[in-house]
Amino acid sequence: MDPILLVLATLDGIAYAALVFLVAVGLTLIFGVMRILNVAHGGFYAIGAYAAASLVLSVSGADLNPWLTFPALLVAAGAVGAVLGLVIERGLLRHIYAKEEVLQLLVTFAAFMILEDVQRLVWGVQPYAATDPVRLLGTVEVMGIPYNAYQIILLPAIALLVLVGLRWFLRHTLSGKVITAVTEDRETAITVGIDARRVFTITFVIGAVLASLGGALASPTTAIQLGLGAEMIVLSFAVVATAGLGQVEGAALAALLIGLGRSFAVYLVPELDVLIPYMIMVLVLLVRPQGLFAVAEKRRI
Amino acid sequence: MRFVRFLPAVLVLAVALLPLAVPWLKIILTVALAKGLAVLGVVVLLRAGQVSFGHAMFFAASAYSAAFLMQGFGGMDLAVLLLAGMLCSGAMGAVIGLFVVRYRYIFFGMLNLAFSMVLYALLEKMFHVTGGSDGMAVGRPTYFGFELERTAFETALFYSSLVLAGAACWCVHRFLRSPLGEALSAIRTNETRLEYLGISARRVLLIAYVLSAALAGLGGAVIAVNQGVVTPDLGYWIRSGEFVFIAILGGAGNVLGAFAGALVYELVRFYAAAMAADVWQMILGFVLLGIILFASRGFVGLYQDLVAVAAPDRPGREREPKR
Amino acid sequence: MSAILLEARNLCISFGGVQAADGIDLDVRDGERLAIIGPNGAGKTTFLNICTGYLTPAAGSVRFRGRDITALAPRAITRMGIARAFQSPQLFHEQCVIDNLLLAAAARERAWNPFRPLRERPERDEMVTLLELFGLAEHAASMVDELPEGTRKLIDIAVALALRPQLLLMDEPTSGVSSLEKFRIMDLLVNALAVQGVTSVFVEHDMEMVERYADRVAVWSSGRIQSVGPPDQVLTDPAVMRDVIGV
Repeated sequence: MDPILLVLATLDGIAYAALVFLVAVGLTLIFGVMRILNVAHGGFYAIGAYAAASLVLSVSGADLNPWLTFPALLVAAGAVGAVLGLVIERGLLRHIYAKEEVLQLLVTFAAFMILEDVQRLVWGVQPYAATDPVRLLGTVEVMGIPYNAYQIILLPAIALLVLVGLRWFLRHTLSGKVITAVTEDRETAITVGIDARRVFTITFVIGAVLASLGGALASPTTAIQLGLGAEMIVLSFAVVATAGLGQVEGAALAALLIGLGRSFAVYLVPELDVLIPYMIMVLVLLVRPQGLFAVAEKRRI
Repeated sequence: MRFVRFLPAVLVLAVALLPLAVPWLKIILTVALAKGLAVLGVVVLLRAGQVSFGHAMFFAASAYSAAFLMQGFGGMDLAVLLLAGMLCSGAMGAVIGLFVVRYRYIFFGMLNLAFSMVLYALLEKMFHVTGGSDGMAVGRPTYFGFELERTAFETALFYSSLVLAGAACWCVHRFLRSPLGEALSAIRTNETRLEYLGISARRVLLIAYVLSAALAGLGGAVIAVNQGVVTPDLGYWIRSGEFVFIAILGGAGNVLGAFAGALVYELVRFYAAAMAADVWQMILGFVLLGIILFASRGFVGLYQDLVAVAAPDRPGREREPKR
Repeated sequence: MSAILLEARNLCISFGGVQAADGIDLDVRDGERLAIIGPNGAGKTTFLNICTGYLTPAAGSVRFRGRDITALAPRAITRMGIARAFQSPQLFHEQCVIDNLLLAAAARERAWNPFRPLRERPERDEMVTLLELFGLAEHAASMVDELPEGTRKLIDIAVALALRPQLLLMDEPTSGVSSLEKFRIMDLLVNALAVQGVTSVFVEHDMEMVERYADRVAVWSSGRIQSVGPPDQVLTDPAVMRDVIGV
């Protein structure tokens, strides 16, 4: 393989992994605490992307300081994630915690279908592109190859920040410790007086914000169009399943593995690029059905 | 109120006679029957408590196999297309099944979705083989050796689908009551005990999975011939979601409910989708939520309640399992 | 002395640092009723889990009629003739009692005709007779989850017996049953075992039960078999009384 392509594929892979990680980590965090796989997560991602693109475009069009597009990305992500997360957790999931696993899965799937049409209604069918933030940051040279700084510096930096921040939050703050306690042993946590409802709400909103942050950060480099959410939910599920459901740090490594796998495929076997993430997942699951970093549990009989 | 108990028979008769009165309806009804077959496949898996978010892949695989056969041989008989479609999707079900039956619930549902996304992407990308998003044309096959005119063929296809649907219903109904079918629902209630009876839960689920893939395949072959064109959309996740939706609408786990659900769905869609194209999925989503939260037994549950009201001394034949 | 049916040698397994089995040697003889007693959490249930393939031991082996079954899955071991009843009953709670039994009978007969209903199986009469042995015939059509825990435990045992095993492993068969009822139920159970000629192993906490119904008793303590023998010898051993019974 041409060394230039090698470098390019690596850089693409890292940038891509950073985005996928943001979505996947929220998915895995929510699963760890609530034992629900939130299919609507794909909708949070897509709406985060649309909202960010709209806000960035209006900032760019309003003759303001173009650097304001960066806070615009964050504001869009935070607002979308907080509102959608609260509405769906309080309005919907709260009623189904006692139901069968299949029904919980169906409920989040229904929410996902609804969010798909929300996108269609609000933003229509034409694709959006809001590339200002990428242009502003310019390019850097990596081993002699120019590459845009947005994807290779900003995205990985934010992903790392989220990873480190999340670790710190889970280990050193009261809310975080409570979340960890519920993840590890829900029954005990509830018997010692932890308010599971509040923990669920906090976790779900954090997860939702991370998903829409992923979408918002993807908007400057991706064409935002319908169907984005479905791709992302399946891909981030692949990451989460590869790492093992509920594994936060594992999700980062799995995202990198799958991101690099995919970007190398784009250069080497372009017809198969969509297949590679799933092939990695299937191979991992065949060897370790519980994922790379999770410990298999056996039911007590 | 005693007529309520004959409602299913009346409905079947109505469906069979409707195209005589309203000829143009038969295409829509054939679509409904084809989807009903795929929904029946989803229903089989729901018996085991498993939901597949990717069953449209078998629908699409079979539809494309019909298209390839028609193109490759410059014409083919309907019987061959249906059989080949079932075999093709059944074989694909066996291969994918070997992997997915190791998982339950979330993993089962999502792995199916993942596989269907891969198939969809391949159908769209392999432009030179599959025609990409434009798809492939499917000509009119011969009907058991006869060359039929368009309308005659459509009528023949509709009644054939009706017969196939009836046969599939009977087979699945018997299957679900056989030891295998009972073992299948035991996967939902207690897999540990199943293993301790010496029964392999994976093998039972695999058999059900292949059956359900073949049913979806039968539906896919019908729809390919009925539409005269196949596109990757046949395998898109929205289609899979539709199947799951109809299965829940009809009454999760019920054989006749699959077709009742599919007919209602397709008729409503025909009239409403034009008016509400932009919010169609949103409506589906809200109805799905409504059913799950307030009427988890779907149409069949409503019907059983009606029967119970009409004849309190003779409760519905099937007991609704407790959740 | 009768032939050895099940032979466990040097079984070792630990969970999170606790040695549940630490070199267990134990034989089950053909035709006997062997009780296993010992303190809570000593690893008695673990023994049943290993013998039925639910857990794989870190070391050691289990042989059944001379064949090594250590690495086999529960379903394979079940098919060889070892059935199991559980401490908390494992039943198909959305099916009625007779269907639970018929599915076991169908599994035993490998009857997988996909078009023949389970309810029309020829083993129906046999299963009703089995229920009668336990005095449960009236519950044949009841849904499992409508029955009290004690009854469900008996059905759990009946399901295991429907497999016509050579060896039945039970985990506290009368826990959850009132102390007034337990002797009646144990009498029924022992009778059913005798009718079918089934060898049995049961984990038990109740010394009265052990004294009355076991041919031999094994004392399991700290992952080891402390002593094995007839109940009247073992239960009067001062060391056993001190360590296990706590007198």
